[in-house]
Amino acid sequence: MGELIARTPLDGFEPLTIGDVTLSEVDMGVLTSVAPYKGQTKAIAAALQDAHGMAWPAPGRATGKAEARAIWFGRDMALLAGPVPDPSLAQHAALTDQSDAWTCLHLSGAGAEAILARLVPVDLRGSVFKRGHTVRSLVQHMNGSITRTGPQTFLIMVFRSMARTLVHDVQRAMESVASRG
Amino acid sequence: MRLPCPICGARDHREFYYQGAAVMLDRPEPDAGSDVWDEYLHLRPNVPGAHDELWSHDAGCGAWLRVTRNTVTHEVIGAVLASEVSR
Repeated sequence: MGELIARTPLDGFEPLTIGDVTLSEVDMGVLTSVAPYKGQTKAIAAALQDAHGMAWPAPGRATGKAEARAIWFGRDMALLAGPVPDPSLAQHAALTDQSDAWTCLHLSGAGAEAILARLVPVDLRGSVFKRGHTVRSLVQHMNGSITRTGPQTFLIMVFRSMARTLVHDVQRAMESVASRG
Repeated sequence: MRLPCPICGARDHREFYYQGAAVMLDRPEPDAGSDVWDEYLHLRPNVPGAHDELWSHDAGCGAWLRVTRNTVTHEVIGAVLASEVSR
């Protein structure tokens, strides 16, 4: 086999700053969807805590920290982002490698909320959507996942095949917000 | 229109996919006979007022919901997970 080189979905995409907001690709490490088997939610919560030191995320929440997160990812599902999943998790949940399947961007800056307000039909203002909160929703017309990872920083994820469309849509919203001064 | 997803909370209708009358939750037995199956597949009462419908929260949590909606006033009365509807 030839020598294969892994490329991120937006390989070579330089951080884009418009106004006070920066859009940049982020390498989340290994991504694994964790879908507990029927009646196994308590067991997977304990296993996740033991193996990776973070709580099982309730709907709309993300636990852990930058290098290792568990992000609620839909009904009875979480996304483990960062570490290789401990084999003990597989006793209680279906584990699926999603590492190459998602485009992951950080949108950071004071205007980030105003930009997302143009793209996502959910209230993401800091008064109701705080650090550690997450939603599955739409980003323009794409299904995605949005998580607040800092006071002015959001993690945006959509399917890998839509990477450049995501950049296009976010960039247009960034330009639109910046033009209003 | 916003639909009250039991998992995600009130969400814009763009996040949902509409399947139709919730009669699909009430599938007849395989040997129920052609009249019963004909009714199940094709006949809908189309009553004005409260109406049970199936919506999928495609762009959200992915759950199927049984939404009760008033077809006259368009009021959304409530929603439950389809998996929790007793059959």
